[in-house]
Amino acid sequence: MTALLDIKNLHVSVGEREILKGVDLTINPGEVHAVMGPNGTGKSTLSYVLAGREGYDITDGTITFMGQDLLALEPHERACMGIFLAFQYPVEIPGVAGTTFLKTALNALRKYRGEGELDAMQFLKHVRAKAKALDISDEMLRRPLNVGFSGGEKKRNEVLQMAVLEPKLAVLDETDSGLDIDALKVVADGVNAMRSPERSMLIITHYQRLLDYIVPDHVHVLVAGRIVASGGKELAHELEAKGYAQYADAAAA
Amino acid sequence: MPSTPTRRQPERAMTAKTNATQPFADRLDAAAESLPGGGRPWLDRLRAEARAVYRETGLPGPKVEAWKYTNLNRLRRTGFAADAAPAAKVDTVPVGNALSIAAHQAVLVNGRFRPELSSLPEAGDGVEVMRFADALAREPSLLESRFGRIAPPAGMPLVALNTALATDGLVIRFRKGKTAEMPVHIVSIGAAAGEPVMFQPRLLVIVEEDAGGCILESHIGTGDGIYFSNGVAEIAVERGAMLRHYKLQNEHPSAFHLATAKAELAERAHYESFVLQVGGRLARNEIHAHIGGRRVECRLAGAYLLRGEQHVDNTTFIDHAAPESVSRELYKGVLDGTARGVFQGKILVRRDAQKTDGHQLNKALLLSRGAEIDSKPELEIYADDVKCSHGATAGELDDDALFYLQSRGIDEDTARGLLVDAFVGEAIEQIAHEASRTAFRQVVEGWLAEGRSKNQRDGDSEA
Ligand SMILES: Nc1ncnc2c1ncn2[C@@H]1O[C@H](COP(=O)(O)OP(=O)(O)OP(=O)(O)O)[C@@H](O)[C@H]1O
Ligand SMILES: [Mg+2]
Repeated sequence: MTALLDIKNLHVSVGEREILKGVDLTINPGEVHAVMGPNGTGKSTLSYVLAGREGYDITDGTITFMGQDLLALEPHERACMGIFLAFQYPVEIPGVAGTTFLKTALNALRKYRGEGELDAMQFLKHVRAKAKALDISDEMLRRPLNVGFSGGEKKRNEVLQMAVLEPKLAVLDETDSGLDIDALKVVADGVNAMRSPERSMLIITHYQRLLDYIVPDHVHVLVAGRIVASGGKELAHELEAKGYAQYADAAAA
Repeated sequence: MPSTPTRRQPERAMTAKTNATQPFADRLDAAAESLPGGGRPWLDRLRAEARAVYRETGLPGPKVEAWKYTNLNRLRRTGFAADAAPAAKVDTVPVGNALSIAAHQAVLVNGRFRPELSSLPEAGDGVEVMRFADALAREPSLLESRFGRIAPPAGMPLVALNTALATDGLVIRFRKGKTAEMPVHIVSIGAAAGEPVMFQPRLLVIVEEDAGGCILESHIGTGDGIYFSNGVAEIAVERGAMLRHYKLQNEHPSAFHLATAKAELAERAHYESFVLQVGGRLARNEIHAHIGGRRVECRLAGAYLLRGEQHVDNTTFIDHAAPESVSRELYKGVLDGTARGVFQGKILVRRDAQKTDGHQLNKALLLSRGAEIDSKPELEIYADDVKCSHGATAGELDDDALFYLQSRGIDEDTARGLLVDAFVGEAIEQIAHEASRTAFRQVVEGWLAEGRSKNQRDGDSEA
């Protein structure tokens, strides 16, 4: 099987400071990987580098996505190829209605894939059922993107975008943080509904609780810019019990 | 004007030089002979005063405080033909540049009314549009009490120049107690081919008691020569009346556009102004609203979208001279290239204007390093029981927002367009009249699309 995503020896710096210090990670189609790790170890940095955000120097290593050099692509091209990042902190965009935004995005993707663009009616039809499943009202959809949304609403809105844009690789950066128990279930159901043999996920979280709902195939521990341990879902339970102290030495090495 | 004889003396002695540095002064006397309505004492006096004011001041220079940020040297250096009429060979309204809206239409070419291109309202439409000369013949008192009274030449050299030289103009009257359904659209076309031309559009609007209506202006150009439009609008909104007044300045890229609107707002009057400036090489729109009665509502909004080397100025003055009135002002600017924007907004609250509620805000978005905005918001308050605020901001596009959009598959140009559109949208939303709002939105979209294709061309030539 050829990997969907293949990260090799990734070194990333911001300014003078090296944040990722040689990350290796391979994700095959259909697999769900979880990344856990203490605050400030580079989890979001990894997700931004995948999505193509500016300001990060890739000093070494490669990222191959669907056989292509991902780092050579613009952010929108990566999205068109099927990378989706659910932001840890979704951005508020005043004046841009949620529906306008999502329709523009969906049609950009469809165009890239050689599919016809959807008109307003077809678009609404496509979105409504998915929004309903995530408890997102029409009124919320029409509002300026994320403006005035509660933390939980923003996270649900991220999952809705993922459901609408149907990526090949979804990177969920702490999509569970800030959610109450009910919302967590709604979001987890939304994510689980998207699982398929063609779709892979990279789930960044601090809490094993989420992984009870979205059961990962692999769990990785990222400490100080390195993956210091990988295992099955039982690794998440072990972390919950023991914390990250055991990896302090490995990280320093 | 307390000017001592010793100061005057040398000026007289240098008449030739003065004329050279004060353009157009040499054409004042010649024009005086041929203007419509000559022989009426009040009008002759007004025009004589206008000539005197202009001779005294000339075009305002950078030492004049109100013109500190807008330098007219480029205009001063341009030589204009004596007569703009021969250049006005226009037999259709150029499509695409004016606002697109169903309306009564009055077309001016180089400041002159063109009946064959116009479709004026008829009796029963609640609004009348008359040519200046016709109004003068039919109802001289209508003009005598307002023309040159709402916007007197004193202290206003450009108003003086217009008053001294205007050969034609429009008088629009909304009839007492009536609301005109359909807007009146004035399309002012500048037409120049070879030699630069100048003209003086003139407008008088009277909204009688409890009447209501909507006026749109599109200022556009045709041909590839330079022209200078120096417009003056006098507006009287009488008691309980309502006027929506929306203007598009979409002049030819080489044009000069200077315009002054003065609005006199009586008790319970409602005046809503919107100005979109996208065109011209050097442009300034001035609005002076005088609140002369209680419980007036005065809303000024606008947007300016600039690129290349454009210089565009919006100067507004709201004079609260009566109590319990509300004024709102929101201008938004988007500047690209090495464009320069100027916003000057002054709110004056006189001693008797208690319970005034006034807010003013100018926000600018700078899309390039070379662009520049000068904002000068001013509050001058002499009453003690008022609620007033003002502010100005300038910033760049939000990188986080841009990346968020891109990360969803939207390319950078489109993402920028969405954000700029959203930014300008806040101003466009101030337009209460729906069909007009749609028409202005289209202009904004056109401007954005033009930018995208320009970026593409630039990208291609780099590749
Ligand atoms: N643009 C930046 N400029 C400076 N430092 C940065 C920048 N981006 C990230 N960092 C630093 O890099 C380190 C890793 O940040 P990152 O956001 O990737 O951590 P994280 O693992 O996602 O943490 P958390 O669990 O708190 O979300 C932090 O110390 C952070 O301060
Ligand atoms: Mg993080």
